[in-house]
Amino acid sequence: MSTLEEKKAAVVEDFMLFDDWMDKYEYLINLGKELEPLPEECRTEDRLIRGCQSRVWLDARMEEGKLVFRADSDALITRGIIALLVQVYSGRTPEEIAADDFGFLEQIGLKENLSPTRANGLVSMVSTIRQAAKENAR
Amino acid sequence: MRIETIRQEFPQLAGQVYGKPLVYLDNAATSLRPRSVVAKWEEMSTRYNANLHRAVHRMAQIATDEYESSRDALRDFIGAARREEIVFTSGATASLNLVAFCLGESMIREGDEILVAESEHHSDIIPWQQMCARKGAKLRVYPVEEDGSYDLERLESLLTDRTKILCIAQISNVLGIINPVREMAAVCHRHGCLILVDGAQGIVHLPVNVQDLDCDFYLFSGHKMYAAPGTGVLYGRLELLEQFPPYMGGGEMIATVRWEGSTFAAPPQRFEAGTQNISGVPTWKPAIETLRLLRDPQIEDEQARIRDFMLDALGSDPRIRLFGTAEPRAARIPLFSFAVEGAHHEDLALILDKFGVAVRSGQMCAEPLMDRFGVTGMLRVSFAPYNTLQEAEYAMEALRKAIKMLTE
Repeated sequence: MSTLEEKKAAVVEDFMLFDDWMDKYEYLINLGKELEPLPEECRTEDRLIRGCQSRVWLDARMEEGKLVFRADSDALITRGIIALLVQVYSGRTPEEIAADDFGFLEQIGLKENLSPTRANGLVSMVSTIRQAAKENAR
Repeated sequence: MRIETIRQEFPQLAGQVYGKPLVYLDNAATSLRPRSVVAKWEEMSTRYNANLHRAVHRMAQIATDEYESSRDALRDFIGAARREEIVFTSGATASLNLVAFCLGESMIREGDEILVAESEHHSDIIPWQQMCARKGAKLRVYPVEEDGSYDLERLESLLTDRTKILCIAQISNVLGIINPVREMAAVCHRHGCLILVDGAQGIVHLPVNVQDLDCDFYLFSGHKMYAAPGTGVLYGRLELLEQFPPYMGGGEMIATVRWEGSTFAAPPQRFEAGTQNISGVPTWKPAIETLRLLRDPQIEDEQARIRDFMLDALGSDPRIRLFGTAEPRAARIPLFSFAVEGAHHEDLALILDKFGVAVRSGQMCAEPLMDRFGVTGMLRVSFAPYNTLQEAEYAMEALRKAIKMLTE
């Protein structure tokens, strides 16, 4: 498995290939489609992330010292965004995630190019992941 | 009048997003602003800025004249019997809160009933819920039919001798169907019940005469009908407004102020506490002029063509479920809310945005209506008289591409 820095660099490189936002959406939609659905029983109120127009669920658990994330959404582009976050951060140690600045999201233009409601959703997703890391870090 | 001539009055229509021409189809949320309104706002802010009613100097005189002549223009525009029946507020929401509060204080007793239509905007639900909680009154729902229409016989059956008021939009911001509020008013009044009509969408698309509609309250926002944001109107029958206590206390709404107690001005001043929107209110006049210009046969024909094109296009795709399908077509405005099977409203809106098409997605401030139709949200495309058939065609093409991206 690549390191967190390598993975983030690979995502940034992927996004540099896209000419316009339609291509970025296509990419996110495909990521969304490929994401393993969260079992129905895991789509609970306490896993729901606030601040999104669509519904987003994030499940975080510790496995052998690593944080493992699973997520889902009823909207495809949001599903793609949360899938991207899961790809980058799942399987890392909580210390590693807690120390990360999530700056690559700005590099790939996700933050400013999404509508304010969606940007809020992204902010909520990131803070949920950070919170899980802080709670589990030693 | 040619639509191109009108479009030039709205500078934002010439704008671009992501290098594509802006196609603004979120007019039910807020309209674009014409040059004349912006010019009036600027004139009031840069040449005649002064507070109203209070001072004797020339600037205050001009500002007061502009403000009070806007009241006259509005009285004339909606056919109110008297200028005292026009109360300035900050918008439809403020108007609704004012009526709910003051009616509650003056006329509602424990056990009374308030009837609210199922498709109402949250602004016409929450103030009534709050008032009912305070007064021990009961909020009841006037159910909408499957096709988005309202049944008059059902209304008749819902009214009891405790029902004090029916609250309904002339046109729902989700369904776009023109409700028969004149007939509803007749039913309500036969039962000794008042009727409040939310005209936020209606005033933009229909000629309104409040005496002809025979409604007790009619209210709307300036920003949806080309005037400055932060302007609103409450029309209320004078004999009702006279029974209302003040809503907010402050300057200008008083008759006398003593430490032992104060007395209050007559309507409408009783409800206009504090410094009013001195730059915004005068923009009602150019806004009304714009509305009158837009009520032009050539422009109305284009609106009908847009309506027919959209209904045919949305109806021909089996994946699209339109909400508010009641006939006839002439009894609706070019506003369409729908859901697409297999494609989330938020995804569709995001992709349409990148095509330069501005639409609304989500619950449209009508969560109970979303529940009624069993959806988490809808996509809403709402046209204004400055929109063209060409824009409608472009938006549908973009919608088809978005659906394809999401479902294939």
